[in-house]
Amino acid sequence: MDKIDVVIVGAGLSGLACAYKLAESDMQVIVVERGDFPGSKNVSGGRLYTLPIRAMVGDMLKDAPFERKIVRERWSLLGDGNSVEVDLTSEKFRKEDHSFSILRATFDRWLADRLMEKGVFVIPKYRVDDLLWEQGMVAGVKAGQEEIYAHVVVAADGVLSFMGEKAGLKPKMFPHNYALGIKEIIELPQEKIDDRFNVESGEGVAHLFLGDVTKGLFGGGFLYTNKKSVSLGIVVGIKALMESKQNIEAHALMDMFKERYELKTLIRDGNLSEYSAHVIPEGGFGGISKLYGNGIILTGDAAGFALNMGVTVRGMEFAIASGIMAAETIIQAKEASDFSEKSLASYEKKLKETFVLKDLETCKTMPAFLDNESFFNFYPKCFPDLLEKVMWFDQMPKEGIGKTAWAHLKSSGMLNWKRLMELYRIKNL
Amino acid sequence: MKVEEKLALDAFKTDKESHITINQEICRAKCKEKNCIVVCPGHLYSYNEENNEMVVEFAGCLECGTCKIACPEGAITWVYPKGDFGVQYRYG
Repeated sequence: MDKIDVVIVGAGLSGLACAYKLAESDMQVIVVERGDFPGSKNVSGGRLYTLPIRAMVGDMLKDAPFERKIVRERWSLLGDGNSVEVDLTSEKFRKEDHSFSILRATFDRWLADRLMEKGVFVIPKYRVDDLLWEQGMVAGVKAGQEEIYAHVVVAADGVLSFMGEKAGLKPKMFPHNYALGIKEIIELPQEKIDDRFNVESGEGVAHLFLGDVTKGLFGGGFLYTNKKSVSLGIVVGIKALMESKQNIEAHALMDMFKERYELKTLIRDGNLSEYSAHVIPEGGFGGISKLYGNGIILTGDAAGFALNMGVTVRGMEFAIASGIMAAETIIQAKEASDFSEKSLASYEKKLKETFVLKDLETCKTMPAFLDNESFFNFYPKCFPDLLEKVMWFDQMPKEGIGKTAWAHLKSSGMLNWKRLMELYRIKNL
Repeated sequence: MKVEEKLALDAFKTDKESHITINQEICRAKCKEKNCIVVCPGHLYSYNEENNEMVVEFAGCLECGTCKIACPEGAITWVYPKGDFGVQYRYG
């Protein structure tokens, strides 16, 4: 059977980045994608940090269709009927190409078009059903009656990675390792976004929300500004949802979030134009799959490369970097004419030398640390309540500010042993 | 806006065959929680008390995969819709 060099399952960011690098080395590559076009099945927050991957992408992202450059970082604690917001602005962020909001249906499609110009086939509407095997080696993919034989299969098929599962590389999907993300695209005129979010033209905001948005469950809310829309959504832990006694359906959380005063004023007169959802890997370092096998490599979400750092959530640059490292591994494997597990093991070594596994390992205690109601219930109530007390003036004589703060911190439980230990444990993160 | 109206904003290409199959025996005999109803962002699952069976409106599936993970008894068999079918995001 004639074999091509590589078949890539999934035209998302990791698959396309992998194909791009392979094409630069004149490898024969086919990318198959189940959607009508690349990006049409993808859901992301989404913000892409470009500095971590700048050196490795070469010209891949030249003239990429970014939405807005993120120059403001906002975080909100949502309490019961009050909230506190922190707003970081920085000339450094404005000067550098630090991070950008993107929309995947535009972005992935653009990248796939660039690949086609380089002579790589990206076949849409193509759902892979199974792997092909030859003497214990993955030897290609099967879709209906069609078969594509290849020396290496790159499973870039997303968080649910059926290919990783079929290859026996993906661990069982436990609810505590995953979250549900729900997102709405709300269209607003460009100038209105500039004005409402206090940014110059072409600049944008990334805003995360904690607390009442998930009714105390593991998760939070997000808002990213695009050129002419905002991406607004919630993330909620699947295990938390399953165990919640409140019995609130996930879609209702999204509505309650949008009904908050803080959100209403931001999206007023906006036009809801798309409703989407997807599972997100939340297992961090401990949730990563086995990364390679005989004739197969896992990249991006399929491998579990996503990182919730509490203050930000990262995934797309991990996907791109892992796709590129997979390509480099395959190029070397071809030179050695060896596509076995042993030969492909250098993929993991390469990832360990980049931010992908370094950052995931650094944050390996994060999932356990974040699995704590304090972050989703206690703190988001405690701080807005405190500031509300400090800033309230009526006919009663005012207590001293220090006294008010101290009394609140004591009575709310902020100063009890559990909270102080939480504070102390921050040093381990 | 109701979730049904939100789904109506999305572009779907619906297959005749469902990509989600439910083992009703497991739902009846083993499952008390019915997590699928709570977790589905499309509000597509409902329990038909009369027929004593779980119903899923697969045509509105956002293909997130949450129900597959949240079904502890393994009653839900969930695969991607065939190529050329299912939700097609225009923004993503």
